[in-house]
Amino acid sequence: MGATIFSYCSDPSTIEGLKWLSCYLTTGKHISMYWSFGTVLLLLAITAPTALAFGFAGATAARSRIAPVSWIGKGYTAIVRGVPDIAFFLFFVIALDQLFEWIRHEVKCPDWTDPIRQGNDFVVCTEAKLPLGNAAAWVHDTYAFFLAVLTFSIVFGAFAANVLTGAMRAVPRAQIETGEAYGMTERQTFWRIMVPQMWVYALPGLSNLWMVLIKATPLLFLLGIEDIVYWARDLGATKTPKFTDYPHGDWRMWYFLALLVFYLCFTKLSEIVLDRINRRLTLGQATAAGEAQRKAAA
Amino acid sequence: MKKLILGTAITALTAGAALAEGHSVVRLGTEGAYPPYNFINDAGEVDGFERALGDELCARAELTCEWVTNDWDSIIPNLVSGNYDAIIAGMSITDERLEVIDFTENYTQPDPSAYLALADADVDLSSAVIAAQAATIQASYAAGEGMTVLEFATPEESVAAVRAGEADAVLADRAYLAPLAEAEADLAFTGENVLIGGGVGMGIRQSDTELRDKFTAAIQSMKADGSLNALIEEWEIGELF
Repeated sequence: MGATIFSYCSDPSTIEGLKWLSCYLTTGKHISMYWSFGTVLLLLAITAPTALAFGFAGATAARSRIAPVSWIGKGYTAIVRGVPDIAFFLFFVIALDQLFEWIRHEVKCPDWTDPIRQGNDFVVCTEAKLPLGNAAAWVHDTYAFFLAVLTFSIVFGAFAANVLTGAMRAVPRAQIETGEAYGMTERQTFWRIMVPQMWVYALPGLSNLWMVLIKATPLLFLLGIEDIVYWARDLGATKTPKFTDYPHGDWRMWYFLALLVFYLCFTKLSEIVLDRINRRLTLGQATAAGEAQRKAAA
Repeated sequence: MKKLILGTAITALTAGAALAEGHSVVRLGTEGAYPPYNFINDAGEVDGFERALGDELCARAELTCEWVTNDWDSIIPNLVSGNYDAIIAGMSITDERLEVIDFTENYTQPDPSAYLALADADVDLSSAVIAAQAATIQASYAAGEGMTVLEFATPEESVAAVRAGEADAVLADRAYLAPLAEAEADLAFTGENVLIGGGVGMGIRQSDTELRDKFTAAIQSMKADGSLNALIEEWEIGELF
């Protein structure tokens, strides 16, 4: 069934042991699973900085002296943090997709007379479909991935905004005052004094968020993206001889065990990296940890 | 923030603009976890009775089709939202679903569903705890009969619940359970088959009557020349037309 990597895999029913396993683990389906690890890592790599940017924008907006801007910032953190993740991932993404299509519809098909909502259906003109109906599969996949990144970023950005607001408040007032005494403007004290110093206070909260984000990636399948948990569930499911060359019982435990190892290794690695960043950020800070570093070096 | 939102909006608006026009593609949504109806084969592609059926229907209706997999729980919301154009996922035609979506003519007879339990267990179905996949006709049938129902996201989990002793029997399509009963020594059918639902059809948006009629016509032509029966026999789905 299909192409195989090793020539001896053409008839798996005749082989056993390690040889069988080597064939089994290189089926097209398993290769798809290995790729999905890349999908998850890519999602994390893009989402983390984007969410941080959303969080920074949210935190800055919440601190603004202009009331409406501050309401937007505070409203964003309050609403998004309050909505259950699963509701967000099931319905918000569909709503977001419909919003984009509706905007495109208004721009591209001004002559359209039928209503957009027909009963339960959401119908826009063909040119407004996103991606277009005839687009290649990879375009659909990329778009779905983009929606996933955006949704994850909005959700985790709200939490990050809250962490950063706290961190901004934690920077000692005396530091800012010193800046002001040197004649810095508000903008200058913000960018030159507060922002460089706030990270050390934000890091514990942000590293927590990072860990939660790693574990939230299985929500990807709700968005139609085949992630590692989806594949583990599918590959581990009981396979009867009729539908596969590699029949086996319920092996989900082994697949999930592999995922457990992956997630544990990944979080351990994250801890090591975050620890290093923390040491770096503490350097020369007016905190107890910064003081301890100074004494140790002296 | 503003730049991000603006950037996002621009990307969204321009995405795929270069690929405009051309022959439209009909996207078929399936679950990919319900053999023999639909499953992902060793090569990682959608396979099964509905793969063969869907490809043949598209050929007869002269449509270019593409396969998409989607989680069962969100399979209807994504259809009405337009992320694909048809559901072909062993979905039985029921009044409840007809309120939300439309169906083509059925391409299987009303489903014979069956109870699968541990081979050595003596199950009294009237008082048994029944496992079923959530949002299926079997789950609502069992609930309607006043049974205690445990619902699971995937069919695999509902079978695992019986093995784990969490449930006494699983109620699902006989065609799905039969290969399991055959291959696994510890599982066996119990009780009588039950006929639920109005057969399996393709789910289509209510506003998309044109596509519905095209597929219905293709199904009728497959019924007329016996090719549908041949597929049903090949995949051991159940009763013939």
